[in-house]
Amino acid sequence: MMPLLSAIVFFPLIGVLLIILMAREGEEGDHLARQISLWTTVVVFGFSLYAWYLFDPTKHGFQLTENAEWLGGTIRYRMGVDGISLPFVILTAFLMPLCILASWESIEKRVKEYMIAFLILETLMIGVFTALDIVVFYLFFEGGLIPMFLIIGIWGGPRRVYASFKFFLYTLLGSVLMLIAIMAMYVTAGTTDIPALMAYHFPRDMQTWLFLAFLASFAVKLPMWPVHTWLPDAHVEAPTAGSVILAGILLKMGGYGFLRFSLPMFPDASVMFAPMMFTLSVVAIVYTSLVALAQEDIKKLIAYSSVAHMGFVTMGLFALNRQGVDGAVVQMISHGFISAALFLCVGVIYDRMHTREIKAYGGIVQRMPIYAAVFMVFTLGNVGLPGTTGFIGEFLSLVGVFQVNTWVAIFATTGIILSAGYALWLYGRVMFGALEKASLQKIPDMGLREVIVMAPLVAATLYFGVYPKPIFNLTGTAVEQTLAGIKSKLADTASAETPTHTAAVP
Amino acid sequence: MTDVQLYIDATSFAPELALAIGAMMLLLVGVFSGDRFSETITWACVALIGLTAFFVVTGGAGRVLAFNGGMVADPFGRFMKLTVLAGSALALLMSLEFLRDEKLARFEYPLLVTLATLGMLIMVSANDLIVLYLGLELQSLALYVLAAFARDTVRSSEAGLKYFVLGALSSGMLLYGASLIYGFTGSTNFDSIASTIGASGMSVGLMIGLVFLLAGLAFKISAVPFHMWAPDVYEGSPTPVTAFFAGAPKIAAIALFLRVVFGPFAGAQHQWFQIIALISVSSMILGAVAAIGQSNIKRLMAYSSIGHMGYALIGFAAASPAGVQGVLIYLVIYLAMTAGTFVVIMMMRRNGQPIEDIAELSGLSERDPTSAYLLAILMFSLIGIPPLAGFWGKWFIFLAAIDAKLYWLAVIGFVTSVIGAYYYLNIIRLMFFEAPAQEFEKPLGTVNAILLAGSTAFVLFFVVLPAPLVAAAQVAAQSLFK
Repeated sequence: MMPLLSAIVFFPLIGVLLIILMAREGEEGDHLARQISLWTTVVVFGFSLYAWYLFDPTKHGFQLTENAEWLGGTIRYRMGVDGISLPFVILTAFLMPLCILASWESIEKRVKEYMIAFLILETLMIGVFTALDIVVFYLFFEGGLIPMFLIIGIWGGPRRVYASFKFFLYTLLGSVLMLIAIMAMYVTAGTTDIPALMAYHFPRDMQTWLFLAFLASFAVKLPMWPVHTWLPDAHVEAPTAGSVILAGILLKMGGYGFLRFSLPMFPDASVMFAPMMFTLSVVAIVYTSLVALAQEDIKKLIAYSSVAHMGFVTMGLFALNRQGVDGAVVQMISHGFISAALFLCVGVIYDRMHTREIKAYGGIVQRMPIYAAVFMVFTLGNVGLPGTTGFIGEFLSLVGVFQVNTWVAIFATTGIILSAGYALWLYGRVMFGALEKASLQKIPDMGLREVIVMAPLVAATLYFGVYPKPIFNLTGTAVEQTLAGIKSKLADTASAETPTHTAAVP
Repeated sequence: MTDVQLYIDATSFAPELALAIGAMMLLLVGVFSGDRFSETITWACVALIGLTAFFVVTGGAGRVLAFNGGMVADPFGRFMKLTVLAGSALALLMSLEFLRDEKLARFEYPLLVTLATLGMLIMVSANDLIVLYLGLELQSLALYVLAAFARDTVRSSEAGLKYFVLGALSSGMLLYGASLIYGFTGSTNFDSIASTIGASGMSVGLMIGLVFLLAGLAFKISAVPFHMWAPDVYEGSPTPVTAFFAGAPKIAAIALFLRVVFGPFAGAQHQWFQIIALISVSSMILGAVAAIGQSNIKRLMAYSSIGHMGYALIGFAAASPAGVQGVLIYLVIYLAMTAGTFVVIMMMRRNGQPIEDIAELSGLSERDPTSAYLLAILMFSLIGIPPLAGFWGKWFIFLAAIDAKLYWLAVIGFVTSVIGAYYYLNIIRLMFFEAPAQEFEKPLGTVNAILLAGSTAFVLFFVVLPAPLVAAAQVAAQSLFK
């Protein structure tokens, strides 16, 4: 059988090769580079849909697996997907062509290099979700720093150097701690095979350290309060498509990491640290929502709202029940649509006005009705209005956490109210009011290319908002299996500890 | 020891013999033909090194002793010899263009490099304190002269003198340590020292001898606190010499270091572990922190190499075949990364002068995108970002450290690598995020372009096929633990 996952992962590199070989200097070469990357990403999306078609959601375990000799010893090149990782593969492949289209005109300098950076980034991102060997996973996970650093630094805004360094060093510090944990796991369990590690029960005190090391990486990536400060900087300075990828995919790696590694591999530690995770999530939800209210910069506001929404993800995951985890997964996918779309929306007006100050806008609904409608959909999605995917994610994670800790659920719910506050207020300030500013008098509405970019995102947000069943069908078995694995390990620990206690008494 | 072995196993020691005879013959040729043929002699030296490498590969297998146990040829030695030879050949090839531009093209240059390489091969094969010293001095004397090779410039002469004075001091310490070891064990042979220590343990005198010996060796690899010479010598020496210093001599010194601690002093692991851990940690910290303030790229590379030696020493501290394997892999990868970087440093010329300020790299991505991207790959690799080779160097070393339960060492190592990332990123920032500075004089020459492309390709594609190097290093490392 064709190694489909490897094809999905490495196909963008063929695009890179084509751009290097075919695109010459100058305008024509730039255009060719755009074309090549667009078609490459479209083909990758096609492959990912084919993988979805081949994937049997009722089966347990990983599918479409590949296994090849690589580093010698037990570290092998292993690939595979289950119901948790496949949605992210499809999401990544889905967002990439939109990113390329969104950068069609707004990127004017070094177009070829830009497209190459994005294609390499796609390879690395999809690799994160398909790797079934923890070393291969780490390779893709940290390798993504390189293209993202360059994307922010070369094509970013005025403070791009600061933002790119902060992004790189923050993330690197988190990931090297995780790397130590990965090595310790390899040494202890003697394998780097992810399914085998999920089945392996690490000693309890070791789990604590491993959990903290993985937390260092995923908390920065997600990001969780208080290590989220790199995110607003990176978002504000990154070019539009960079923000889209950052919000749409890179943040999800943190959530995916918790679900794939932290919870199933260190369940005892996860239970132990759940109160801390809840606290941090609630603080993130409430605090960053308040911070978002005070922002003057549209992109920064959306960046803070991302942190708040990721708070729902961690909260749902550590509820450790079906609703919570389902909610977290849907919240991640939904955030992948909505925040990506919101950043694209900011990009639309930024391309026209070259400012992201909220004050610079006002009343543009009169000039840009289509844009106002599109922005409305995503604003409401961001608020979590029923009928959008945002609602499904937030509601389910709240239901999940409510069964575990009522107070957490209550505090988190205020975050939804706050999100309505900042999102609708932003919408009002930008869209409504009198169209007074001279600079806005001639602002044109969205063009065909922009509509084509937005249409799939609007469709996905609304379709899965009304009918989320395809997502649950896909994820159901894998989530159940993961939770069952965690439960059985917790039961093991409990039964292992009870006899030692009784033995210690006499 | 009455039964004196006088025969020489010619196949096992053919590399050293070939290099010695070849170098002397080429010296004669040079003396009679003069500087006009310096480039021809350089190519001849490269060919000679290639021939030597061929002898290493085709030489006998297993562990062979010769010269009454004074020299040893084993898989470890063969691996290190090949690495050293590669380092010397790279340095020679790299120097051609620079020396021509600087009007330094004298026939002594390739011969000094070749003789230093001979010293290194002897160091790598040393199985006796006397042979160790012999190899080390042959290497060092050639290096002192090389540092001062641009004899008309003050900086180069200063570098040569500084290197000589400090180097002589370290050799003195090493020799003193060796004499104590001889005094307390009654032998200079590594195997006899090992059996004496195994039988009667470490005495205080032996301990002091070991400390002096390690101090001398630490000097050669420029590990903190014996690193003071490195930035000045790196800065003052002509760039090809610096490139040579950063590669082969360090590799040979590490090889010798490994032989000493895992050979005669394998039984004293508890004692040397503390010393090595200390110099490793201080090298990593200094290498990461001190480089941040440097604006001269050669000084920066000096601190970078101090830091990298610190990482390599972690593999020592792990004290296992896996740790040594990690060190060997690390050295090969380190060699490729520094060689490529120095090629770009040599490209930095304007108005007939070499320039060394890192700010001159500004906007290189617009002036010369190919070189800029290749250098950026090398920089990311030096940071240790996967999937580049630099990451794998760290991976094997740290894995061995974790296996040996040295978690604190691994944590310090990784945190310093994040700190150190800053200055490598800074170079990338200059090249990619800043407005272009003035053009350099000329693009890379053919040989250097091939070297840069080759080393980057190695760094970039190591991940695709890592198994051969990993397996070879494993065999080599295991042979050190008989």
